[in-house]
Amino acid sequence: MDLRRVKEYFSWLYYQYQIISCCAVLEPWEQSMFNTILLTIIAMVVYTAYVFIPIHIRLAWEFFSKICGYHSTIAN
Amino acid sequence: MEIDVVQWSSAEQSQGREPKQNGKPHFYDKLIVESFEEAPLHVVVFTYMAYGIGTLFGYLRDFLRNWGIEKCNAAVERKEQKDFVPLYQDFENFYTRNLYMRIRDNWNRPICSAPGPLFDVMERVSDDYNWTFRFTGRIIKDVINMGSYNFLGLADKYDESMKTIKDVLEVYGTGVASTRHEMGTLDKHKELEDLVAKFLNVEAAMVFGMGFATNSMNIPALVGKGCLILSDELNHTSLVLGARLSGATIRVFKHNNTQSLEKLLRDAVIYGQPRTRRAWKKILILVEGTYSMEGSIVHLPQILALKKKYKAYLYIDEAHSIGAVGPTGRGVTEFFGLDPHEVDVLMGTFTKSFGASGGYIAGRKDLVDYLRVHSHSAVYATSMSPPIAEQIIRSLKFIMGLDGTTQGLQRVQQLAKNTRYFRQRLQEMGFIIYGNENASVVPLLLYMPGKVAAFARHMLQEKKIGVVVVGFPATPLAEARARFCVSASHTREMLDTVLEALDETGDLLRLKYSRHKKSARPELYDETSFELED
Repeated sequence: MDLRRVKEYFSWLYYQYQIISCCAVLEPWEQSMFNTILLTIIAMVVYTAYVFIPIHIRLAWEFFSKICGYHSTIAN
Repeated sequence: MEIDVVQWSSAEQSQGREPKQNGKPHFYDKLIVESFEEAPLHVVVFTYMAYGIGTLFGYLRDFLRNWGIEKCNAAVERKEQKDFVPLYQDFENFYTRNLYMRIRDNWNRPICSAPGPLFDVMERVSDDYNWTFRFTGRIIKDVINMGSYNFLGLADKYDESMKTIKDVLEVYGTGVASTRHEMGTLDKHKELEDLVAKFLNVEAAMVFGMGFATNSMNIPALVGKGCLILSDELNHTSLVLGARLSGATIRVFKHNNTQSLEKLLRDAVIYGQPRTRRAWKKILILVEGTYSMEGSIVHLPQILALKKKYKAYLYIDEAHSIGAVGPTGRGVTEFFGLDPHEVDVLMGTFTKSFGASGGYIAGRKDLVDYLRVHSHSAVYATSMSPPIAEQIIRSLKFIMGLDGTTQGLQRVQQLAKNTRYFRQRLQEMGFIIYGNENASVVPLLLYMPGKVAAFARHMLQEKKIGVVVVGFPATPLAEARARFCVSASHTREMLDTVLEALDETGDLLRLKYSRHKKSARPELYDETSFELED
């Protein structure tokens, strides 16, 4: 029962995506092409975020802590 | 935008109103309530994004068609013309080929009954994505009609009151086979013209066979080179065509905006014609009574004040407002309580509220006499057909009460009631509605092209309601809308059915963009729980 409602909700969500992004008026092969391209772009964004964001955060943290550390050594 | 209007005195009395003493001032104490709400930002962004995706796919399909990978069903030039100036490369043809064709099944739907409150639609399907259609043979019966301009419900099947039309058909036949100047002026036309003049409370009127041609053929007869035409931004194509054909200089003012019009008038009077600085021969202001795409009513008192101050002429096209606006259906002049003699040219059509076809121009007797001689339509176009003239005579007598009943007046009042009810309920539901609260044409904004197609198909196939959706180029690109025409022959149950269907469709497609608070009146909602949206 719950699974059916979840599936209904997702199919409604997919319908909303289709009418907002003009996919509802495209032919099926164009829809598949558009969905493929969009999913590829999203996958690439997710992968890049997964690989690079922790490294960038660590580098930024080190950079700022070095500045604060520099201040504190001057103060000393 | 709310505007307070100062009192206007009117010594004229139109039929059907309670008699007032001559000379007593008539106060227009209603506020003009119009709303043109803007869409939320995310809606506009999504709309442009959807058009962007559609354009990209359009380029892709054009590329495939050009290189022969896909069969081309659209219009192309012949092989011998390939090196000439291209015919089909501008944006409008691109839009038609790639965007309009995909959702084309929502327009030009054939119907097979009279356009009354309920009608029958022929079912058609397409096998190749709307390039060709075929009829399945089935008929979708009893579809609620929210698209026909049937404001007073006079465009319906034959009933006993139409007996006079049958008699006229027997005596006069169907065709006139001549123009007004030659042998085409019948006594029916004279009777009709006298009746129209009496209805509008003016000196004289002239009728023409076609409403569009009334505008496009008579404006060139009234103005010419050396004259100035100030026309509203959103005027109908017939007015624009007539203005261009006349050869006069055309300047456009912002829609219903009196400040913009005043600025143009001042510049015209101060600076005169462009190079020679001579005074303009005539300045003609072209407006419409009710604008059908926006649902707005013209701000007539302010425009009349401007007209008197700057000595210009006023031409009002009352195609959608005659018979539908005003306490007894006499049009915008009666709606504002003004004297129809103050407007120079009153034009209207018989297509919308009278269930016939054709147009009229009314005003002072010397104006109408001039048009009888000089109008292009009178010289070259066939005059109105006699059964249609009789239908208009019948409708006019019905509305004025000359047939002995008060049904005509009741219908006008029923239309006003239906309009206010429909608009109020739609605003409460949270849709964005444009226009004046008294205009019987109700545009409901849809914005996104995918939703436009889904809305029209869903309403016809699931809910059996026929609606008209409008997109580019009739409206701006980002403001696609559905346009409802409320009619006096819609009963309360029909309107409630339509409103319920709109409620469900609005929730399914998420169309309720309005940011105004909904009024909490429990008896109008059937639901038992109150959930505040967004």
